[in-house]
Amino acid sequence: MDLSPFQSRELVERAAALLRRISPKEELRFMHVCGTHENTVARFGIRSLLPSQIKVVAGPGCPVCVTCPSEIDPAIEIARKHATVFTYGDMFGVPGSSMSLREARAEGAKVKVVYSVSDAIKMVNPVAGPSTFFSIGFETTAPLTASVIWSGLPKDFTFIVSHRLIPPALVALLDSGRIEIDGVICPGHVSTIVGTHPYEVLVKEFGIPVVISGFEPLDLVLSIIELVKQHKAGARVFNEYSRCVKPEGNTRARQLMDEVFEVCDMDWRGIGSLPSSGLRLREEFSDLDALKEFRVRTRRDSNMPRGCKCSQVLLGSLPPAECPLFASRCTPDSPVGPCMVSSEGTCRIWFLHGGRGS
Amino acid sequence: MKGVSTGKGSVTIEQGSGGSAMMRLISEVVLRNVTKWGKGGVTLRDLDDSGSLVCGDTEIVLTTDAHTVKPPFFPGGNIGTLAAAGTINDIAVMGVKPLAISSSLVIEEGFPRGDLSKIMSSMNEVLEEVDVDLITGDTKVVEKGDLDGIIITTSGIGVTRKGKVVRDNGLRPGDSIIITGSVGDHGIAVLSVREGFDFELKTKSDVGPVWDVVKAAMSAGRVTAMKDPTRGGLANTLNELASKSGVGIEISEELIPIKPDVASAAEMLGVDPYAITNEGKVVLGVRPQTAKKVLSRVRATQRGREAAIIGTAVRDHQGEVVMETRVGGRRLMEPPIGDPAPRIC
Repeated sequence: MDLSPFQSRELVERAAALLRRISPKEELRFMHVCGTHENTVARFGIRSLLPSQIKVVAGPGCPVCVTCPSEIDPAIEIARKHATVFTYGDMFGVPGSSMSLREARAEGAKVKVVYSVSDAIKMVNPVAGPSTFFSIGFETTAPLTASVIWSGLPKDFTFIVSHRLIPPALVALLDSGRIEIDGVICPGHVSTIVGTHPYEVLVKEFGIPVVISGFEPLDLVLSIIELVKQHKAGARVFNEYSRCVKPEGNTRARQLMDEVFEVCDMDWRGIGSLPSSGLRLREEFSDLDALKEFRVRTRRDSNMPRGCKCSQVLLGSLPPAECPLFASRCTPDSPVGPCMVSSEGTCRIWFLHGGRGS
Repeated sequence: MKGVSTGKGSVTIEQGSGGSAMMRLISEVVLRNVTKWGKGGVTLRDLDDSGSLVCGDTEIVLTTDAHTVKPPFFPGGNIGTLAAAGTINDIAVMGVKPLAISSSLVIEEGFPRGDLSKIMSSMNEVLEEVDVDLITGDTKVVEKGDLDGIIITTSGIGVTRKGKVVRDNGLRPGDSIIITGSVGDHGIAVLSVREGFDFELKTKSDVGPVWDVVKAAMSAGRVTAMKDPTRGGLANTLNELASKSGVGIEISEELIPIKPDVASAAEMLGVDPYAITNEGKVVLGVRPQTAKKVLSRVRATQRGREAAIIGTAVRDHQGEVVMETRVGGRRLMEPPIGDPAPRIC
């Protein structure tokens, strides 16, 4: 598909002009929940194109950032004592309660960075002992993990399952009043799996405008226009990313996820427990659970590193540049909080791509 | 001795990648332990592309550069091309004709003699192109495993009249900013080989001497500042020019020349093409009234054909580079912490 119209300056400028014409005088705060959206917003300077009363804030859209020390610490223990731990590059540098997998590897723990769970399976070396995949991510990566579990695994291959779900998390955060927003920009790739229906509840229960958005600059400006229109005409779930997202999503992928995982309450780092917002292995697959296999105990801990304001950044209540550590004590080469580690983290994106604006 | 520091912890790979992490290492460990940093000309503490020594009416410009690129052979050149061009360019961007270089080879035991011969002959091609002599050298071999293949360190000198060197702190508000060709070619060419990505890339490294380009620019107008955008790429260079000169820079992304192949490979590799090494380009500040003439002279040279005016130095937002993006938004072009890839040059 030719994506160039979605990066066309002429079209983006026309859309921005339309947005300026239709925007009401009062401030409207729209939240997206996706690192890729923040990347586009920052890299293309989208905020500078919006009328000043339209604010776009980043929510908890980085799966690595919300993974708790109580999940990272066991991964480190397993890598030290029991198995080779495979994980995504973004997870590698995130600090647990005392160190990151990267630091653990420097001290001799067996950690390997991979692009996908299938890469991890290809790299398994039975001579080197058991292997564990530290499986993180939203609805986009969970089906991949489910599909390899379904299609058969090498011997002694286990999982730390740290998958989280976007729609229930949004519901929980709105329900508790911890985020106050006038519209949600939902990640298009999540909807390629879950479809559009799981967001209906946001409209019904909270009257919040919802748009499912693609990732190019024009997608985002059009999505913001849609939210402004809904603000006047009434909330609905609008699928801006119709070139990829079907209303019903990918039923086969969801079926696979359902067969392997069950929904559970989940701690989100810096945020706390959110009901029905996580996945765990079903009972019949419990032999694949690395924590059980290696009898690793874990202590509940969803704290951010000390002094770090990532929890406010994750809820969109503090722009990264207003954190006193931003770009001083906390930089991508020596990060304090997870949002500066991950390429999906708002702080890192702002640091690298000038999110501070101009 | 007062002020001497050995530093704490260990050196990390980012600290050799040309960005703010390296600057910190240099200021915390290198500069703090050196008290004899030069006087009169361009000193160590100026952290310019070369240093200089004033002798009577003349100024001698000296630079040195170690080359550790991995792999040593890449599309468009090899470590020999790089070692000669890198040093020649660091003299050239001071606005001075490079006269001679030295070359010191540290070779790992078992390195193929045929490869070494190719490397030396590539080095010679660069020397021939700009008429620079290799007048002294050194050769060492270390045990297998003590080094990854080969490291080449070259130093170079040039001579000019006192006070005639072009610095990286001379930008003035109103100056036009010119880049002498497309960005990201070297970094992407090396990275794509290294990562084994099968891009079927036509992209070759831009490695080569830039003296002809510099000479053409200086003959056509008033060049106020110059720098070659090597490690840390265009973003690092523009930020250094802005902060050292005490001006702001405004650039337009649409005007930055970039090859479509390089742009899409950078996207796939997840690296910022503006933060990655170039080895045959120059960023120039020129007085606005001569900018068009400089541009056309530069474009008439072999290595400057794709040159473009990409922005302007301004009085506002001192030390910061603001970019108007491809879709018309505005954002800061931040100085990179380091080049996205280590051992790229």
